Amino acid sequence: MNWLAVRALIRNDLRIYATDRRAMVIGVLVPILIAAFFGYVFGGNGNTEPAKIPIVMVDEDQSAVSRAIVADLAQDPLVTTQSLARPQAEQQVRAGKIQVAVILPQNFAADAARALFGDQEKPNVEFLIDPSQTMSGRIVEGALVRRAIQEITRAAANSASESNGAREFSVPYAISTTQVTSGRNVVYNGYAHSFAGMTMQFILLAGIDAGIVLLLLRERGIWQRMRAAPLGKAQFLLARTSATMLISMFQFTLIYLVAIVVFRVRIEGSVIGFLGLAVALCFMNSAFGLMLASLGRSAPATRGIAVLVTLLLVMIGGAWVPSFVFPKWLQQASLAVPTRWAVDGLDAVTWRGQGLSAAVAPMGVLVATAMICLGIAIWRFRWEE
Amino acid sequence: MLSISRLQKRFGDRIAVDDVSFEVREGETIGLLGPNGAGKTTTLSMMSGLSRPDGGSVSFRGRIVRQDAGDLKRRVGLVPQDLALYDELSAWSNLELFGGLYGLAGRTLATRADAALTLVGLAQRRSDRVKDFSGGMKRRLNIAAALLHDPELILLDEPTVGVDPQSRNAIFDNLEELKRRGKTLVYTTHYMEEAERLCDRIVIIDHGRVIANDTVRGLYKLLPNSHSVEVQFDGPPPNDGLFASLASLPGISAVSRSDGGVKIETQDFATSLARALDLIAGQDLRVVSVQSGRTTLEDVFITLTGHGLRDGPAPGAAAEAVAEGTAP
Repeated sequence: MNWLAVRALIRNDLRIYATDRRAMVIGVLVPILIAAFFGYVFGGNGNTEPAKIPIVMVDEDQSAVSRAIVADLAQDPLVTTQSLARPQAEQQVRAGKIQVAVILPQNFAADAARALFGDQEKPNVEFLIDPSQTMSGRIVEGALVRRAIQEITRAAANSASESNGAREFSVPYAISTTQVTSGRNVVYNGYAHSFAGMTMQFILLAGIDAGIVLLLLRERGIWQRMRAAPLGKAQFLLARTSATMLISMFQFTLIYLVAIVVFRVRIEGSVIGFLGLAVALCFMNSAFGLMLASLGRSAPATRGIAVLVTLLLVMIGGAWVPSFVFPKWLQQASLAVPTRWAVDGLDAVTWRGQGLSAAVAPMGVLVATAMICLGIAIWRFRWEE
Repeated sequence: MLSISRLQKRFGDRIAVDDVSFEVREGETIGLLGPNGAGKTTTLSMMSGLSRPDGGSVSFRGRIVRQDAGDLKRRVGLVPQDLALYDELSAWSNLELFGGLYGLAGRTLATRADAALTLVGLAQRRSDRVKDFSGGMKRRLNIAAALLHDPELILLDEPTVGVDPQSRNAIFDNLEELKRRGKTLVYTTHYMEEAERLCDRIVIIDHGRVIANDTVRGLYKLLPNSHSVEVQFDGPPPNDGLFASLASLPGISAVSRSDGGVKIETQDFATSLARALDLIAGQDLRVVSVQSGRTTLEDVFITLTGHGLRDGPAPGAAAEAVAEGTAP
């Protein structure tokens, strides 16, 4: 084995990477910016107040009860309310300015009181919902039910107390919420997940670039010079894999340094597990790039397909939005892609505070994927002509 | 030193190299001469072990050259036709890489890289990025990169393509220096004057086949006439009697009409020309120009193949002397 040649090739790849400062900065800065955005949207580092849902109340009843419900909802921390007539409310929802309009019909309070204990016909409360915001409709529905029950039963109780001395109804339990994180004082940091996803995405894209560079190299005189040298396919592939892996590790380290220092992402779990995942991810990335170079025929066509595949892998892997929001079948299916394991593994050892055992399976999946990619690369790579 | 025996290479249905054989002796400079697409680069590629022949063999000091023959590759330097350099790196970094591929490191690599840069006149530019070099400088660095491991045999594939005359001369100087140092060079080109200036022996290849393999002097002997003189007149063209008289002179091998003048071909330039001009001076003709030209390798090539080497004119080739004026 010509180790000096391997060393020379690795050093050369690192030099070329270092000469393009602009590409280097973009390769680190872009994932940080996107991760910061996604992290902020998904809760930031615990200090971010969630956006309120803008709703319109159309009170066609104008009873004391309906006015009390509207007033109660205005105090709800999840929504901001305004009162409008029905036509204006419809127009606002259609324009997307309001997510939900709630219409309390005429005689709502009286009909609701009668329907509370009897078989009387129930009044119909209409919800006009922006079709792109169906989740908001459910949240408002929950808030309304709680307020409406409270006000309607209060009115009914007041009415009864005048004759029987009965008291109003109230919710018969209290709810307290605790975020289950790695420690008592540790709050959920949305950036931890977004940085895991975006780091993985951009490292994979860098892997594609490494593969494309290799394809382009074939079209240059340098390729002839390398093949004219006493250098074998194994040495060449080893050097390429090592160089890409080192560059990926550098990129990974810089991105996570910013995540830790600026966005307060913490490795609450196993540090060894975190490092192991980083190495496994970078190994998979370099092998993936090499596989592309061995299968691709032309750089432009390979780049297009590779970017598409990578973005699909990243998307299904839960890098953009957490996989728990996926439909059930997709959550199961996404376990077949290594990116899902990478994101879950990094989540586990960062904000979930899990131990090394939680990182072992993801590491295994990443290394196994890397070995498969490497095997295909060695098998298909055209060195002799 | 290097023996090429019945080499064949096909690309699909096209035969690129067809039964090519020749020998390269130690210290010799061989020119592979032929038009674009003749099979020169493919032949060189098989000689360097870059591509596998479909038939025949290349042996270096008695051993068959194979693609995995690392020890043989250490003794051969290749200068590819395409610039084989990283533009974004400095000249020195490029040489560090290519030296490293041959197992060079540390002080040995530094000494060799220094010597190679000095040879091609780029020692002062070692730290500059290649992208800032002129085309000629890149070509010279391309040669330097093939010299680091001190190869016995250097294969150069059209090393002067696309460079200005000054840079071409600088490259010739570099190659002549390598010749003086006893290196064996194999040089592909479609420029006749390059082959003529540098090569001890020329292998002419056309349509993948060797059509001549000789020294420059030997190739000229393939043609009956190695010199020609064209005389142009002011006024009506000369009559047939002058052509007959010229043709009858000793040493004159052919006389023909040429743009209203006369073209005289001879192998005995000095004596025959004087006699021909004496004869012309005795006629009632006003001479406006006399142009003498030596037969070139281009003429040899045309004679052997029936077509030219390339579409454009060869740089610096052709006429040796042009004299204008009147007859004595």
